[in-house]
Amino acid sequence: MTIKAIAGLNIEVTEEGYLKDASAWNKDIATAIAKEEGLELTEKHFEVLEFIRNKVANGETLTIRGIGKSGVVDAKTFYQLFPGAPLKKATKIAGVAKPVSCM
Amino acid sequence: MKNLLILGAGTAGTMMANKMRKKLSREDWDITIVDQFKTHYYQPGFLFIPFGIYTREDVVKPKNDFFPIGVKVIYEKIEKIEPDKNHVLLADGVALSYDFLLIATGTQTAPEETPGLKDKLWHKEIFDFYTIEGAIALADFFKTWQGGDLVLNIAELPYKCPVAPLEFVFFADAFFTERGLRDKINITYVTPLPGAFTKPRATKMLGELLKTKNINIVADFTVAQVDNDEKKIVDFGGREVKFDCLVSIPTNLGSQVIERSGMGDDMNFVPTDKHTLQSRDYKNIFVIGDAANLPTSKAGSVAHFAAEILEENLMCAIEGRPYTASFDGHANCYIETGYGKGTLIDFNYDTEPLPGSFPFPGVGPFGLLKVTRTNHYGKLLFRWIYWHILLKGKEMPINSEMQMAGKKL
Repeated sequence: MTIKAIAGLNIEVTEEGYLKDASAWNKDIATAIAKEEGLELTEKHFEVLEFIRNKVANGETLTIRGIGKSGVVDAKTFYQLFPGAPLKKATKIAGVAKPVSCM
Repeated sequence: MKNLLILGAGTAGTMMANKMRKKLSREDWDITIVDQFKTHYYQPGFLFIPFGIYTREDVVKPKNDFFPIGVKVIYEKIEKIEPDKNHVLLADGVALSYDFLLIATGTQTAPEETPGLKDKLWHKEIFDFYTIEGAIALADFFKTWQGGDLVLNIAELPYKCPVAPLEFVFFADAFFTERGLRDKINITYVTPLPGAFTKPRATKMLGELLKTKNINIVADFTVAQVDNDEKKIVDFGGREVKFDCLVSIPTNLGSQVIERSGMGDDMNFVPTDKHTLQSRDYKNIFVIGDAANLPTSKAGSVAHFAAEILEENLMCAIEGRPYTASFDGHANCYIETGYGKGTLIDFNYDTEPLPGSFPFPGVGPFGLLKVTRTNHYGKLLFRWIYWHILLKGKEMPINSEMQMAGKKL
């Protein structure tokens, strides 16, 4: 178990820094994690984070395809908002579990 | 008379037809299986075709050879499942009613999902090997290819037989070395995953194997488009990889029947309980094989292990008893590594591929996460087992549940 101080709160996280409990999340935490990832969050970022949190809360699987077809962003914009590995970054900032790649 | 209807006569559907015909009395139960195609393909064999190891004849047989007596076979396109009416509509207008329905409609490649993939270079310098046509076109291309950048790209997760792309580049390394062309060919493995595989130990072992074979890896790459003029693939972040020969694992989607029936997720896979194999939405519908949205590999071995669970649970459902079998996501994959050798992984929903021996603890004969000659023979032998034992639903001396004995943590 790892406890990490994020945005003035002690939050339980995984070894890779993903929140263990999605309900502990708030916008300040998102901003703080984003900063560690070198990102400044905009309204558009928060729209995507909101979408991701809702998907996960409904027990649905996250895919780049799903997010790209969500109407919130297309895949290209998603990459621009969270460059590099967008799904991994966006879930971390959204305070949900790291998506599992099933093979 | 009651009806068990099976949609799809691939690996999973054929196995289930054989198993259930033995279980269900012919006086009380009709079993019907529907598929639009008459040819059964041994899909694991497609990998061997580009390298001239297998030909078309090695991987095809008539589907009719594998159905038991007492199963009604219909070769017709399936139009739509209407689960609220407990019937299935065929393209010729016939409606088939059912008491229980098994969906085994598999997954197909959909190259049209990636802009530029199925364009003017398709099957000329851009290939797939997940179809018989693609595998044969690539075999012809390799016969006279003089070298350049050979790029393997996985478009999107999930895709069937997750180790096949790795096997492909291992085979390519050996094939072109034996032809004296290896120093003229730059092999690059481009994947949306962060490494060679998903789980830590297998990723490390397979990643090192790529390195020793001088195969480059480009990770975290989700292809946005294929540029046919400049011969490069471009990801959503703008990264580019140039190719002279592109071998693509296109997006895999569930059957369009599932989409037409409004029963799938955003990739047309059917939401399924990962332990009972019952459809999430309908009590008298079960899903097996690649058609299901299970968080495990889309592979024949998974369908085989799941078939034993489903046989038991389907009988529970038919007889009105609580389910007694639970699927653990067991997968078992032989991985060809070239030069007459291979490795093997065995895993499930919760346990990643671990080193050890299989199936007999300490004895083997197969080595897990080890490169051995025996593993390669295991894979070659498997084709015989597939045609003669597996499809006919006969018992195999391997547990459907993954075993920890023989594995090292």
